[in-house]
Amino acid sequence: MAWEHFPHGADIGVRGIGASRGEAFEEAALAMMAVITDPERVAAETAIELRCAAPDDELLLADWLNALIYEMATRCMLFRRFAVSLRDHALEARAWGEPVDRERHQPAVEVKGATYTALSVARRGDGMWVAQCVVDV
Amino acid sequence: MDPGRLQRINDCEWLLPQRGAMRVPGVIFADEALIREMDDKVPEQVANVATLPGIVKASLAMPDAHWGYGFPIGGVAAFDPDEGGVISAGGVGFDISCGVRTLLSGLTRAEIEPVKRRLADALAERIPAGVGSTGALSLTADEMDAMLRGGARWALARGYGHPEDLGRTEEQGTMAGAEPQHVSAAAKRRQRNEMGTLGSGNHYLEVQHVVELYDPAAARAFGLAVGDVVVSIHCGSRGLGHQIGTEFLREMAVTAATAGIMLPDRELACAPIRSPAGERYLGAMRAAINCALANRQMLTHLVRGVFQAVLPGTKLTLLYDVSHNTCKVERHVVDGRLREVYVHRKGATRAFGPEHPDLPAAFRATGQPVLIGGSMGTASYVLAGTRRGMTEAFASACHGAGRSMSRHEAARRWQGRKVVDDLAGRGILIRSPSLRGVAEEAPGAYKDVSAVVDVADRAQLARKVARLEPLVCIKG
Repeated sequence: MAWEHFPHGADIGVRGIGASRGEAFEEAALAMMAVITDPERVAAETAIELRCAAPDDELLLADWLNALIYEMATRCMLFRRFAVSLRDHALEARAWGEPVDRERHQPAVEVKGATYTALSVARRGDGMWVAQCVVDV
Repeated sequence: MDPGRLQRINDCEWLLPQRGAMRVPGVIFADEALIREMDDKVPEQVANVATLPGIVKASLAMPDAHWGYGFPIGGVAAFDPDEGGVISAGGVGFDISCGVRTLLSGLTRAEIEPVKRRLADALAERIPAGVGSTGALSLTADEMDAMLRGGARWALARGYGHPEDLGRTEEQGTMAGAEPQHVSAAAKRRQRNEMGTLGSGNHYLEVQHVVELYDPAAARAFGLAVGDVVVSIHCGSRGLGHQIGTEFLREMAVTAATAGIMLPDRELACAPIRSPAGERYLGAMRAAINCALANRQMLTHLVRGVFQAVLPGTKLTLLYDVSHNTCKVERHVVDGRLREVYVHRKGATRAFGPEHPDLPAAFRATGQPVLIGGSMGTASYVLAGTRRGMTEAFASACHGAGRSMSRHEAARRWQGRKVVDDLAGRGILIRSPSLRGVAEEAPGAYKDVSAVVDVADRAQLARKVARLEPLVCIKG
């Protein structure tokens, strides 16, 4: 399991890699958190639950990231750990995090939304799942 | 981009000929140097926009165009509802009605310098900026709807501003046709505590001084003289606009096919203007424009309070407020005929030329003030709309510089603390809650805004009036 960022002209791409679709979704969420702050600085104190469903895997990834963006904005929280369970194109997840502490987290930028640019959920040649898109900051 | 991919029309205009599914040609306003720096994605996205139903005349890109979402950032396109024209959530973007307003202070740099540090600290203290910040006002459901209908006019009625501010704001401060009932509960919830906040990323509040004039007559009409101090605010519709953008992009991406629209890129998600989805989006998007106008008006009120405390007696008057992520219904001459079209400007500033009936009387002779923000620590510009921009570019000009490298690369190259110290050495005080954010927004991570503005001027999209440089910059 791993996450990484990839460049986009104005913004930043987030990519999650995992042995399953669910793991790739968890890692993509972690990659998005790393756009905002160093996830290591965030304590996994409180858990929240999320659900979403979409017509396909790709829209589901965007929906998942957008659901997290909404929760971060309305709860003023940051997250560091995710557990995603997928059934077809429906997702159930828990996310662990804590309220934003601007001194300790030094949040660099707010994510406005997950976009459909460079959006893909696919299996690589080595069997690993890759889930990615560009996020607008 | 290799200029060989385009046909050179003149020094500042390049044609992307109509081919394949394109319904109109593309035109990129740039000189050869800017074309060479431009991402290959720009012509691809300009061509994709040209395939959308009902597009008229041409799919345009401004001199600061770069790889965006569906539309290029710096993209302009007009659609005719009588020809099956569409409205695109992607063509407006996530930060609906993001824009710039500039306030005149009546002060000179010499008067500001002795209190600059105190002013910077007081602004940083009073202006909510960055991740996790909230405004002082939490809106009830009724107040939220009133704000979404009234925009800056709503803010004024609540005590945030002066009546003369409205005449110096696009749409006189209130975007007509806003439909708060088409704004979701989630979008309203996301905005509840975000009124009067600056946001983060490339948003900023700057105290600037006028360093050079290019058109003294227009500068006089705008109230600008060398040495004058102004305040510029760059921000948008905050969480509400982001949520509306997210939700309608999702809906239109799924429903476009059922409306018979073939999307070359899902991000171009759109709906016919004359359809229930199109009408709902229009109503919600206009509500988000009002949210942005109200937000910038509330920030103006906070800035006035700070200046009053630090420099009692200061009167901050609004020069103008422009938005650069919008879709607006306007009348333009297309194929020799005046037509009502829906002009999408994604990272492009409206630039009405002289005598346009929607301009305040003070700007009838000069054309509309066009406010172009630079990056932290670099210049900003004031331009004026032209007659040629009206006929050639649906009255549009550039909006800023655009990044030259990724945030990751910028954070790797620069340290936030050193950027702050270096700029302080040049007399520019930066205040931000995040040093990493400062590193990612380092001046060197952006293209040269002067080159972009020079081409806008040479192409006569808008003419240069004044150059501004920062003294204090509040970043989110």
